[in-house]
Amino acid sequence: MTQTKAGIRIEDLHLSFGDTKVLEGIDMVIEPGEFFAFLGPSGSGKSTLLRAIAGFGPTPRGRILIGDRDIAKLPPWKRNVGMVFQSYALWPHMSVRRNVAFGLEERRMPAREIGPRVERALETVGLLHLADRMPAQLSGGQQQRVALARTIAIEPQVLLLDEPLSNLDAALRVQMRRELLALQRKLGLTTIFVTHDQEEANTTSDRMAVLDKGVIQQIGTPQQLYDQPANAFVAGFLGTANILKGAMQGPDFVTAAGQRLPVAAPLGDANRIVLRPQNIRISGSGGEIAGRVAHREFLGSQIRYLVETPDGQIIVDTLHSSGQPPYDEGATVSLSIDSQSAPLLAD
Amino acid sequence: MPDTSQTASRGFTLFPRLSGAAVAGILIAIFLMAFLILPVAQVIYVAFLDARTGAFTLQNFQDFFSTTLFRESFVNSFYVSAMSVVVATLIALPLAYITTRFNFAGTAAIQALGIIPLIMPPFVGAVAMSLLFGRNGSINLLLNQYFGFRIPFMEGLNGVILVQSIHYFPFILINLSASLRNIDRSMEEAAQNLGSHGVRMFRRIVFPLAMPGYLAGAALVFIKVFDDLGTPLLLNVNNMLAPQAYLRITGVGINDPMGYVISFILVAFSVFSLWASFLFMRGKDYATVQKGGGGLSRRDLKPSEKWLAWGVIVLILAMVLSPHIGLLLLAFGTIWSFSPLPDGFTVQHFGTIFTQSSQYVWNTIVYAGSAALIDVVLGTAIAYIVIRTKVAGRKWLDYMATAALAVPGVVLGIGYLRMFHGIQLPFGLGQMSSFWGIIIVALAVRRLPYALRACMAALQQVSLSLEEAAESLGASRASTIRRIVVPLMTGGILAGFVTSFATAAVELSATIMLVGRSSDAPLAYGIYLYMQSPAGRGPGAALGILAVVIVALGTYLSQRIIERERARQTMTGQQH
Repeated sequence: MTQTKAGIRIEDLHLSFGDTKVLEGIDMVIEPGEFFAFLGPSGSGKSTLLRAIAGFGPTPRGRILIGDRDIAKLPPWKRNVGMVFQSYALWPHMSVRRNVAFGLEERRMPAREIGPRVERALETVGLLHLADRMPAQLSGGQQQRVALARTIAIEPQVLLLDEPLSNLDAALRVQMRRELLALQRKLGLTTIFVTHDQEEANTTSDRMAVLDKGVIQQIGTPQQLYDQPANAFVAGFLGTANILKGAMQGPDFVTAAGQRLPVAAPLGDANRIVLRPQNIRISGSGGEIAGRVAHREFLGSQIRYLVETPDGQIIVDTLHSSGQPPYDEGATVSLSIDSQSAPLLAD
Repeated sequence: MPDTSQTASRGFTLFPRLSGAAVAGILIAIFLMAFLILPVAQVIYVAFLDARTGAFTLQNFQDFFSTTLFRESFVNSFYVSAMSVVVATLIALPLAYITTRFNFAGTAAIQALGIIPLIMPPFVGAVAMSLLFGRNGSINLLLNQYFGFRIPFMEGLNGVILVQSIHYFPFILINLSASLRNIDRSMEEAAQNLGSHGVRMFRRIVFPLAMPGYLAGAALVFIKVFDDLGTPLLLNVNNMLAPQAYLRITGVGINDPMGYVISFILVAFSVFSLWASFLFMRGKDYATVQKGGGGLSRRDLKPSEKWLAWGVIVLILAMVLSPHIGLLLLAFGTIWSFSPLPDGFTVQHFGTIFTQSSQYVWNTIVYAGSAALIDVVLGTAIAYIVIRTKVAGRKWLDYMATAALAVPGVVLGIGYLRMFHGIQLPFGLGQMSSFWGIIIVALAVRRLPYALRACMAALQQVSLSLEEAAESLGASRASTIRRIVVPLMTGGILAGFVTSFATAAVELSATIMLVGRSSDAPLAYGIYLYMQSPAGRGPGAALGILAVVIVALGTYLSQRIIERERARQTMTGQQH
């Protein structure tokens, strides 16, 4: 299928439900053909933002451009953005074929063109053989694919996916995730994917925006966001993070309890340091931070220690290899920091 | 019969318990056979017998369809039922649409509209309606005086259609609103996202999704109207099936085959409608509302639309309240004839009924009270046997009790007359078919399906773990039922009792066949007798007011009980 690749530009978008502000000052640019994720906890406004792009919910203030066209004030049926709903929203009174044909019929396409287009869309998602089933006769994963076929059949400029994997079981989720990505690459559709699952966002998206409380916290590639979080929220939301308070003293970061930590890229007004559990080495002595093992969890490939230090509890993950004796609870240990992977925060 | 796997796991005390349940089940089955299945089966059987020789024949049906009056009655019954569905739909559709699609302040008023008609049995308001809407009723007198024309609201079949549709439209309103409310917002949004909107979207997405609920409601209205005896009788419309059955049996005699043929047709249509509405609903559970999602998105009305909406509601409210208003005018009016309003007002009619007809009230309280008591006892027992035991064939108790839904009151009445005719009761109680006790049984059988549903719902609310907790603390099965299950079901049982009582109190179609003497008659029959003559209308309406008060109080009470129960359930945070 040929798609006109279109980028999305959102400018100073504000939206509220009554007196409750849900989105504030959203600005972002999504490149044509990009797979973009909105990541955030529930209530962060990520779904509301997606729905605003599709034209659902209260009318926002600000601009939403698809290509060069501002669609912010258009009704949903004039936007030509395809949305796949979290619940799939397949119409139970129509067969799979009629569900997929619906959008084309609404566009008053001649019947002889609709048939082949529907079959092509169903073929794309691998469900042509189920075209005459009713939605209730399909499994969750199949329903998901029909919803996808129904959306791509109209050849939208933009594909919006609202938590598309949340209703699937864990094994299927991983499979559908790969299929979604493959399909997106094949069609080259500009795609926005809403999720609260950082792993989903990390594995699928080219770039993502982390939202919290209706505000964009950071935009970047998954690796950028993980390695260089802009603030404590992003650091804590993407993976586990030990965040220690303190201040810069010369080239080093000194924690509140007075521990001196070397950093690779000093930041003048930094007041926090992010230590990922797997970037901390635990040993008997010689590290920067002294502590005592308060708790130990055996996780199979890893051992996770909870170490009591003057700066509070620090989580440390070590790879487990058999034969290597772990530190016991109560043991005195010393933690050393990899200065290359300890980003600083200033907020 | 005890289930062996249960025996093994539950151990020794099991035998006395299960056989107790089995014995109860057998007794209930005998009761239902004697007072529901056999009488109705006999009515159907007799329809196929030659009245003189007793041989099997289809002659009765041929006679039926070759008689002009019966053919006309058949067509009329069908026409009135279908038109009642149409008119009820015209009333219910805008109301359902307004409440589910818009943010509208009048939603409470519409909800009230859905209950007001149900608290007055249609035959009670029928005469009052003809005084308001009849040829020389208030409305037509005013129309004629100021505009020089009349509208034949109440002429012949029109009257039945108007009274029935005003009474029964809530069935459509409730079902249709529930269906609309069960459509998830995403159904509509998906359509909009794919380029659909407005009327086209309503036709292709919203309407088909609401259809099963609508059809179920419509089938219910159709059959209620088709089976109803009281309304046509009181409006003096006799060329319909139910009145013909009644008139043949009471006029020509118990052996006249035509009454049975009509009964067969009534039962066949009832079964067919229930079956059809079951088919409409089966596999079409379009309840698509997602957890945390909302129903269809609602929008605010523009000022002009708001006025229109209020206009529609006030108009319908006026129509719906007209039987109540008419009844009040009639009950408190002195003489009301050829004038828009009664000549004067009085409380004398109430005095009349309390001095002359208090037996109606007492009979009603005794009959409806006993019937409701039987219903909740049977309902609780059946619910327990069906849900909590493994007694073989337990589902059949449920089916048999529920089958009463498909039996019109007239048919049950005819069945009792036929079956218990000539059976002499001991102790000078006279013939069984004219004994007042049989009225109680008829009422109990007619209301049992509703009471059974209430009891089943109540029992399902009682978590099995609560019973298991009692048993593990050493309580026997019987004492668990007595001390844990029944107390926890009380709210539901009470609600079932009150509903049964309130509806049994105004039942007419079965009782009218079974009342032997006026001194044994209940309220509904009293209203019917009074309404026969113009002079009796005042006292008849006063009795009607009493009936409405009883039903309204009953509805209110059962609603309160259910709400209180629900509050208690959420408070204790029971999980199932």
